[in-house]
Amino acid sequence: MQTNGLVGQGLWFRYSPRHPWTVRDISLSVGQGEVVGLMAPSGYGKTTLAKLLAGYLSPHRGSVLVEGNPLPRRGYCPVQLIFQNPELTVNPRWRIERILREGQAPTQLDRLGVHPGWLRRYPHELSGGELQRVAIARVLNPATRYLIADEITAMLDANTQAQIWQTVLAYVQQHQLGLLVIGHDAALLKRLCVGGASPKENRILDLTQPTTALVPQF
Amino acid sequence: MLSIRQLGVSFTQYDQGLNQRQLTVITDLDLEVQAGEVVAVVGASGSGKSLLAHAVLGILPDNAQVTGSLRFKGQPLTPARCAQLRGQDIALIPQSVGYLDPLMKVGPQVRRVAQLGGLSKAAAQTAVGRTFNRYDLLPSTQGRYPFQISGGMARRVLVATAVVSQADLVIADEPTPGLHPEIATETLTHLRELADEGRGVMVITHDIEAALQIADRVAVFYAGTTVEIAAAADFPERLRHPYTQALWRSLPQNDFIPVPGHQPSPDQLPTGCLFSDRCPWFTPDCAAERPALRSVRGGLVRCIHAD
Ligand code: SF4
Repeated sequence: MQTNGLVGQGLWFRYSPRHPWTVRDISLSVGQGEVVGLMAPSGYGKTTLAKLLAGYLSPHRGSVLVEGNPLPRRGYCPVQLIFQNPELTVNPRWRIERILREGQAPTQLDRLGVHPGWLRRYPHELSGGELQRVAIARVLNPATRYLIADEITAMLDANTQAQIWQTVLAYVQQHQLGLLVIGHDAALLKRLCVGGASPKENRILDLTQPTTALVPQF
Repeated sequence: MLSIRQLGVSFTQYDQGLNQRQLTVITDLDLEVQAGEVVAVVGASGSGKSLLAHAVLGILPDNAQVTGSLRFKGQPLTPARCAQLRGQDIALIPQSVGYLDPLMKVGPQVRRVAQLGGLSKAAAQTAVGRTFNRYDLLPSTQGRYPFQISGGMARRVLVATAVVSQADLVIADEPTPGLHPEIATETLTHLRELADEGRGVMVITHDIEAALQIADRVAVFYAGTTVEIAAAADFPERLRHPYTQALWRSLPQNDFIPVPGHQPSPDQLPTGCLFSDRCPWFTPDCAAERPALRSVRGGLVRCIHAD
């Protein structure tokens, strides 16, 4: 079995024994410096899968390993997850500066267009796009080794989307992070994962295909 | 059918020190929607697209100050008239089933909308049956609760709701994000059909590709104003405004290269062109005053250098 990278092996998850399986026997891996796309419209358990890989949830069966080790139970997780709706991941009563101080020191504030004037504000005083930049800035720090981006620009216009991704891709490439991009926009996944930012061979997987081992689409 | 001239929307905000900030979220916005056409409203996130819908539906918060003119079928849209037309002559197709009542079965819920539109209970029931059939929703769907139906069915229920309301103007707010491509196409096709039957349809979306699949005309928003109104066929070669051109180039299937910078903050709008700090064509004249919307090559553009 593969020991390098972020590896999810035979993952199963359901929210209660009375529910159907949300994640059924899914295996996938992301290597360092690799950009992997996961094609998935809503309703295919993609967000649950993302949460399993980042340690927000524990699988009923299967394992999630980083460089061969389980995810740490406490402290900063080397696998960081960014959601579509940043409102759900920040403390609404904290000012932006405190939200940014919570993790490691962020390094990309300027490049992500996080305006110094935002730091004294509260999350509800920023627009969704502005708050998403804050959420991304928070995880682009040296302690993050793998990034899972779950539809992070699905609600943003094309120009803002390109701005955010150019910064994230440059960071990922420079620091050799592994990146899993989850989305339903084939053109975006293709741009990010195929012959794009990373020199390694990149892959796009399709969660809607009835298969246990996810296979490359392009 | 819908005619918007020089619309302005602003809010007065007080922060902790009781300092007053004037937030101008929509400025000099012009837009027309005719019967039988689909007008897409695209543009920057946070450029006021949803607020425009709220203004037309008369559901802006109380502290909003509105200027300019909003007319529906020739008559001014006053708050009282908005309340009367909403759900009957003007219908909203919301972003998600989250807007449906989670505790009420789908059938009765859609029937209630039809009754609000003026049908008797029996006629409303017939209309619901016919409309569900039209959108391939099994009769048994009527007995389900919103959480029991799939995402694709939910989209069709929301479209069906607009149809049974018999509204002449339908506003769809972000109809496609997160949908499977096939379902997104199906939803867009349904919106096109509504226009082909004679309704006016306004689609608010940040997805230009989706908009171009069905729209006759595209209004491009930036910082709360319409910077360009183009025919769908003008994309991409005949675009007039530098922001529209930049937006097109930044798509992942095109160059994926963004213009640097950000929309101006609503409490610090520049006196001149709202795009001036990011514009590659900027000259000092651009900073003098807000460019008027003018006619260029059959479309409208708010830029002094467009030709
Ligand atoms: S008016 Fe000037 S700054 Fe504004 S879009 Fe046109 S060229 Fe650019």
